[in-house]
Amino acid sequence: MFHFNHEEWVVFMISAGIDIGSRSIEIAILENGNIKELRKTDTGFDPIGQARNLIRDLTFDVILATGYGRNLFEIEHDASTVTEIKAHARGAVFTFPGVSTVLDIGGQDSKIIKLNAAGNVIRFEMNDRCAAGTGKFLEIMAKTLGFEIETFGDQAMKAKKDLNISSMCTVFAESEVTSLVAKGENPNEIARGLHMAVVKRAASMLRRVSQEGPIVFTGGVANNPCIAKLLAQETQREILITENPEMNGAVGAALLAMEMNTNMKQKKDMKNETGPV
Amino acid sequence: MKQDLFKKLQQIAEQNLLDIETHKKNGNHVIGFYCLYAPTEIAVAADAIPLPLCGTRQAPIEAAEEVLPRNLCPLIKSSYGFAATDTCPFFRFSDMIVADTTCDGKKKMFEIMADIKPVHVLQLPQNQDFSISLAPWKSEIEKLITILETFTDKKITREKISFAIALLNKERRAKKRLMDVTKAKPSPLTGMELVEILFKTGFFADKEKGIDLINEIADVCEQLIEKKESPYTLKTPRILLTGVPIGLGSDKVVKILEQSGANVVAFENCSGYKQTFQVDEIKDPVTALAEQYLSIPCSVMSPNQGRIDLLKEMIKEFSIDGVVDLTWQACHTYNIESHHIGKLVQDSYHLPFLHLETDYSESDTEQLRVRIEAFLEMM
Repeated sequence: MFHFNHEEWVVFMISAGIDIGSRSIEIAILENGNIKELRKTDTGFDPIGQARNLIRDLTFDVILATGYGRNLFEIEHDASTVTEIKAHARGAVFTFPGVSTVLDIGGQDSKIIKLNAAGNVIRFEMNDRCAAGTGKFLEIMAKTLGFEIETFGDQAMKAKKDLNISSMCTVFAESEVTSLVAKGENPNEIARGLHMAVVKRAASMLRRVSQEGPIVFTGGVANNPCIAKLLAQETQREILITENPEMNGAVGAALLAMEMNTNMKQKKDMKNETGPV
Repeated sequence: MKQDLFKKLQQIAEQNLLDIETHKKNGNHVIGFYCLYAPTEIAVAADAIPLPLCGTRQAPIEAAEEVLPRNLCPLIKSSYGFAATDTCPFFRFSDMIVADTTCDGKKKMFEIMADIKPVHVLQLPQNQDFSISLAPWKSEIEKLITILETFTDKKITREKISFAIALLNKERRAKKRLMDVTKAKPSPLTGMELVEILFKTGFFADKEKGIDLINEIADVCEQLIEKKESPYTLKTPRILLTGVPIGLGSDKVVKILEQSGANVVAFENCSGYKQTFQVDEIKDPVTALAEQYLSIPCSVMSPNQGRIDLLKEMIKEFSIDGVVDLTWQACHTYNIESHHIGKLVQDSYHLPFLHLETDYSESDTEQLRVRIEAFLEMM
């Protein structure tokens, strides 16, 4: 329900943001702009069914969808949509006000977003159409080496020496890993080499768009401690990560849902006051 | 009213194949062209129909990859694929191909295409400094005149070239007039409609028929502007598309932009505004052709200041809100030049800029959609 206080333009609102990504779906529920609930699930092969399950027992006034499944969700739920670029930018500014660079590495995309002082997107860069250097890459490599994805980063941090992996293509890297294993190289060191490959790629994309200042690191891959550490080393910049970096897009979408609705309500109201109907 | 004209366009396009057949039965020739650099006036002066053959569709690419590398520009693969599979009526009609050494991929592909049909390749200089490049380029055009005279058995006089220049200038003026209707805010035409008109009229055997139709469409558009009728509003983002050429079948970026709520009002490419030049009608015709065609600002030229100048003019004239720079996969010259274009758009005009590299396939539609929607969100 909307509760308007016309003098102060204050709105009481429960807003939801849903981020339907290639690997996982996240939802954030905000009450007047404060996080109330966060949930996530795997995308699987039925993103809309999974999204439906995720929101089933939740109540909210407005919802905004982002991520690859946003247009499907829009059709089923009559929701508005924004791109994950805008959603991640908004989420990052919410947690770290004044920040100007966002690096998001998700399931099959990586992106760099540059923001102006007002928090608006002024430039962005995304990886090529293939999933090289993203979460999916790390997932497959972890499996190849017999590690769990959740602890892959911790394992890599145990490495004692640097090992160079030159392939970024998942298929080529898998063969490279197989031959390194056959050579008797330590799996932890191979793991670190793979992490370094991801970081090098992200860092070169970063340098194209943004040269200085702290970097907000979002997306599921930001949960990997090895990537975060190597990224700080490689860029010599401060890396900021929220508690649930994979929720950042959903939080951003929920905030935008609230803001877009408040604006709409305000506009509608102003029309009623000033113009003849 | 607009819809009636699109029906007429379709009718003439269908009738056109018969027109070309009749023209050939009467002992005249058809000359196929691939790049804007080759002066089609010379073909017209030999009573031949010039046809633009650049491939714009995905279908023949698989066949082309049996011979050409996969990692090659889709325009080159599509062009060759149409020839190799004999699935393009316009290639089939062509008695001879006039090609040029525009880029590395094209010039090497033409060597292989020569197994299928007679191909004459013009040696295009890659620098537009007249003191260095004009003389060799002019001699290439003189050579083309001799070759087409022999091939068609028609005398190509200076008078006939002058007549052809006047005719094609008239066609280019009509095209410019049509492309300029989208300067109106909001525009009476969608970008996709403009692409369709320019693409289809390009194949017309009867130049006058094409010119009349383009002018007729422009008349209607001007009336629509007067009546303030448009599929858009004043808030619709107005996009300039620059970079590689597009046509029906290779128009996915225009489609996604317009599905996402924008209007592509300007095309700074060789399927669009680069075609709107005028050849000097007073000078010696061959010199005039050499000068004007050499001045086309394609990224194969180094340096390519002309493209920057044209972009500056168009960003202003068309009241542009954002620029999309399109590169076909493996087109090195446009891909690299994008660095300068991005700087110009962002630093001098403070407009959102999006560089896209893709091919003709549909496989990256959703990835493109995210980039395009995010680009539009910046406005």
